[in-house]
Amino acid sequence: MEIWNRHFECMDREELKGVQSERLRETVERVYFNVPYYRNKMQEAGLGPESIQTTDDLHKLPFTTKQDLRDNYPFGLFAVPMSEIVRVHASSGTTGKSTVVGYTRNDIATWSEVMARTLTCAGANRHDFIHVAYGYGLFTGGLGLHYGGEKIGASVIPVSGGNTFRQVQLLVDFGSTMLACTPSYALFIAEALEEAHIRRDDLKLRVGVFGAEPWTENMRREIEEKLRIKAIDIYGLSEVIGPGVASECLVQEGLHISEDHFYPEIIDPVTLEVLPEGKTGELVFTTITKEGLPLIRYRTRDLTRLRYDKCRCGRTMVRMEKCLGRSDDMLIIRGVNLFPSQVESVLLEMSEIKPHYLLIVDRVNNLDTLELKVEVDEEFFQDKISQLEGLRQKIQTNLESTLGLGIKVNLVEPRTLERSEGKAKRVIDKRKF
Amino acid sequence: MIIHQLSVFLENKSGRLTEVLETLGSENIRITALSVADTSEFGILRMIVSDPVRAKEVLKSRSFTVNLTEVISIMAPSEAKYYAKVLKILSDLDNSIEYTYAFSLGEKSVIILRCSNTEEAIRALKEHELELIKASDLYKL
Ligand SMILES: [Zn+2]
Repeated sequence: MEIWNRHFECMDREELKGVQSERLRETVERVYFNVPYYRNKMQEAGLGPESIQTTDDLHKLPFTTKQDLRDNYPFGLFAVPMSEIVRVHASSGTTGKSTVVGYTRNDIATWSEVMARTLTCAGANRHDFIHVAYGYGLFTGGLGLHYGGEKIGASVIPVSGGNTFRQVQLLVDFGSTMLACTPSYALFIAEALEEAHIRRDDLKLRVGVFGAEPWTENMRREIEEKLRIKAIDIYGLSEVIGPGVASECLVQEGLHISEDHFYPEIIDPVTLEVLPEGKTGELVFTTITKEGLPLIRYRTRDLTRLRYDKCRCGRTMVRMEKCLGRSDDMLIIRGVNLFPSQVESVLLEMSEIKPHYLLIVDRVNNLDTLELKVEVDEEFFQDKISQLEGLRQKIQTNLESTLGLGIKVNLVEPRTLERSEGKAKRVIDKRKF
Repeated sequence: MIIHQLSVFLENKSGRLTEVLETLGSENIRITALSVADTSEFGILRMIVSDPVRAKEVLKSRSFTVNLTEVISIMAPSEAKYYAKVLKILSDLDNSIEYTYAFSLGEKSVIILRCSNTEEAIRALKEHELELIKASDLYKL
């Protein structure tokens, strides 16, 4: 397996810590002297640049949130004069003002570098044709993939989004080998291929890199079956840099974070305490090389967990699990944090059921109760009470051991649970009413 | 001699059984026998109907979980000793009975049986000169 930057991606973890600490010191110093917002916050906390010597000191610093970016709209958190900024991207502001990010020439180089790692991680090289169907424009997806593709010397086809019929034609005519888009668009393309009666053998596609929205293992299987490609999960967010923050390698046991540029932490979203390795919580990033918009302890709201052991691909960079959802979705049941996606992953591992479920939280006599309704799958239904009862018991036992919470499982008839194309309703929390 | 019984998964909530019966009724599918097995949360409705294949399709289109299960059916005089004889023959073979139900028809009774080895049960019951009912006859009852 190819590795783009062996020096950093396979670096001994002790040595890496040295690099990270040095870069963190420089970043903290830069934001302290160049961004009034950070200086004020640090002074309020009684901190100066010298307070942060190594990554072990990071926890002393205050968090940054999306709201902080909005409050300083558009350029208030930039750490360089505008004359140094060579590019600006912005996220769509669906829930308020958009967030604006700025890049210096070095930032663009860093971005290209981490995207080159991402694409190499997914098995791409200079011989590949990369069909980029991420949107080009204010959104970081298109240009991020584009620069990374050029950096590794692949042939980049900047198709951008829309006009699916034409996309399908180009996939065939150019013989693209790699598809880059959102996972939902990949399924859309798969359908369009079917409608256009294009045979799979007319395509040279072998792999896809998908991200920019949460997607389940179920969706991955569907994409892999329908397009007959390997579906690689990539992760990024524009505030941190865009795509390229982390990527799955071909081992597919987590996404390698380019942690020589983006230092990750996992925190409890309620207590804000840093959690130990392996615990699920909210992902927080500190950018340690960025110039235009350095971010200190930026709360992503994405839920995942980290593992630091060396990967079979040879990389030593920490791996994050496929994102489990958003911290806003977190439920607290009898003091235990629960994410609906944890329930889903338990169900996905059981072949007897489809992950069609509804989680109902209630409070009876001041005690939280948890109930799960799961649909009985026709393929498994065989007319025996003992078999159904056994299944119910098995689901309950598997969930209780994974979640560490008592749960009552009930079997329900198919399609009694609401189903929709986008986000199905998975949780009813009656405690709020 | 193999009978296709219609098995339907039901949540224990009011109205679902009615919906099944109304659906079959509106399709002119007749019900010869019916039994319900249940726990506090869910149940299985088992039925012998005039057209099991069509009944399955109709119920499926109404979002029910349905399956056809192979059972056997015996016609015997309405006396407990005949029922006992049937059960004894099967237990002697270690052919376990998963469930059974019956209904009477004049002087006689119709026994429905689900056991672990259907073929073997049919052979043994025939050897003991018990009267097995053909599917086509049972559906018409
Ligand atoms: Zn790896």
